Amino acid sequence: MLTRENTVNLVLALLLLVAPLAANALGQPFYVTLATRIAILALAALGLNLALGLGGLVSFGHAAFFGIGGYAAGILSSHALSYEPMMFGLSGTVQMPIIWIVAAIAAGLVALAIGAISLRTSGVYFIMITLAFAQMVYYFAISWPAYGGEDGLSILVRNQFPGLNTMKPLSFFLVCYVVLLASIGLFALIRASRFGAALQAARQNETRVATVGIHPYRIRLTGFVISAMVTALAGALYADLNRFVSPSMLSWHMSGELIVLIILGGTGRLFGPLAGAALYVAFEFALGGLTERWQFFLGLILLGVVLFARGGLLGLLAGKAKHG
Amino acid sequence: MTTALALEQLLNGIQLGVMLFLMAAGLTLIFGVMGLINLAHGSLYMVGAFACATVAAWTGSFWLGLIASLACAAAAGAIVELAVIRRLYDRDHLDQVLATFALILIFSEGTRWLFGDFPLYLDIPALLQGVVTLPGDASYPVYRLAIIAVGALIALGLYLLIGKTRLGMRIRAGESDREMIGALGVDIRTLYTLVFALGSALAGLAGALVGALQSVQVGMGEPVLILAFVVIVIGGIGSIKGALYGALLVGVTDTLGRFLLPQFLALFVDPSEAGMIGGAMASMLIYVVMAVILAVKPRGLFPPAHA
Repeated sequence: MLTRENTVNLVLALLLLVAPLAANALGQPFYVTLATRIAILALAALGLNLALGLGGLVSFGHAAFFGIGGYAAGILSSHALSYEPMMFGLSGTVQMPIIWIVAAIAAGLVALAIGAISLRTSGVYFIMITLAFAQMVYYFAISWPAYGGEDGLSILVRNQFPGLNTMKPLSFFLVCYVVLLASIGLFALIRASRFGAALQAARQNETRVATVGIHPYRIRLTGFVISAMVTALAGALYADLNRFVSPSMLSWHMSGELIVLIILGGTGRLFGPLAGAALYVAFEFALGGLTERWQFFLGLILLGVVLFARGGLLGLLAGKAKHG
Repeated sequence: MTTALALEQLLNGIQLGVMLFLMAAGLTLIFGVMGLINLAHGSLYMVGAFACATVAAWTGSFWLGLIASLACAAAAGAIVELAVIRRLYDRDHLDQVLATFALILIFSEGTRWLFGDFPLYLDIPALLQGVVTLPGDASYPVYRLAIIAVGALIALGLYLLIGKTRLGMRIRAGESDREMIGALGVDIRTLYTLVFALGSALAGLAGALVGALQSVQVGMGEPVLILAFVVIVIGGIGSIKGALYGALLVGVTDTLGRFLLPQFLALFVDPSEAGMIGGAMASMLIYVVMAVILAVKPRGLFPPAHA
């Protein structure tokens, strides 16, 4: 069905593919990297959007999962390159698919623990507790010297994907792009599923959900864990993009930025994270070229969006979100 | 481990707790009365520190700097409340988080613009320099003891202000039923601005006092802000009493954890490794304490009776 929103979504998806292809053809790999950054940030925010947009769970700690994904990539590849086995004698790997699985499982387990405690509360408590747990992970990464501590960990050679040379910017972009589109598809499936309906219902009216015999806590915890796993996948890609992972990926600014991406794009909407990430990277690029203090203006813009333009970019382009 | 060293660490913990109390009291007051979560509270802490360092450098007087920190932070708080925060009371927490996150970006980059990237330094005033000797041959800086005293005075002052004065009565009334107090003819908007300025002034004071112990720089408020969140989550959001106990608990746990855990582990593994593991564990300790408390009491130790 080609509604206005679907048209906008389609244009966004095509633009994100065509722009780097054109940039690559014109010999401008920098713009390919910029597009890769957009795709990865969009993926991270898409993960958060599962919890925040569908479930109404304002997690201010998703940087923890983003960073765990990043560290999974960094740690596995550093062990693979140095031929040192990790704990239990397991060896590292430079294969992206394996890294992604490890990243998602590690973040999922941490999310299960954080979620199990945080979801006992709601509202402001939930915001602050997720923030506090993310800080705990952050301080752990800083004070644990085995993997670089405060200095971070370099990934000497970008991890590999079977059949591709990921050191080529365009190949790596395509990997990220396909992962992003697949995840958007997953998001749409989840949103339309019985589980997605229950998750959204738990946001709208917890008591009614409980009355029809669904346990809101379990639904939310499941949503929170899936959300963390998707964000961790983005984190692994982000580490590979920069070939560097540091505690700054875990910092609470990152958590804030992920929320900002969703709001800039439009909360709870399928392509909101992509629209938001594109807008954010464009701001960063355009303002950053003009002034070193671009975050000052980002703050002003964000304040304007929150106070006066709720609905974000997609709200502007595609009209109000349908009820849901 | 000597008792003198342990006593010193305990006092350090209390001093950290007192600082956290100044931050947490404002946060919890603002949440209790207006239902607002203010991430930019750490920015007001930074404003206080910068005001104090600047005025102290101009005039050569720490005391004038301290007054300036209170005044500037209160003024900044009042302006922010009038311009932005006021529009957020009826919004959901997500909007509040985002708007105050935007304020942090504006405050941090604005301060960098005005003062540059280099940290400022603030000297401890002559009157409070030096050390006192404590029982067990321990010596302890006078200035840190003075901070503890200031915190105790502020706690007492807040207790009297909220419990015994007309303004305090209105604040409490605002906490329990804001429509009713408005209907009774109290100018609720001015009351909100006042409460916000009061919370900001406390944060600014904390920033100025800590500024003399550490360097004054952009971003200094953020670690403290997050600890203050942990404090009010432990204490119960909206409860000043909870903020006091929570702050002391967090301050002492964090300081003693960093001091004792490595030593404790050194009994089992070799010292360098114990230092490493102990340090990492100690940095997580307060969050574990928070998790345990929440598992038992999800609304904190002293949840406010209403809401």
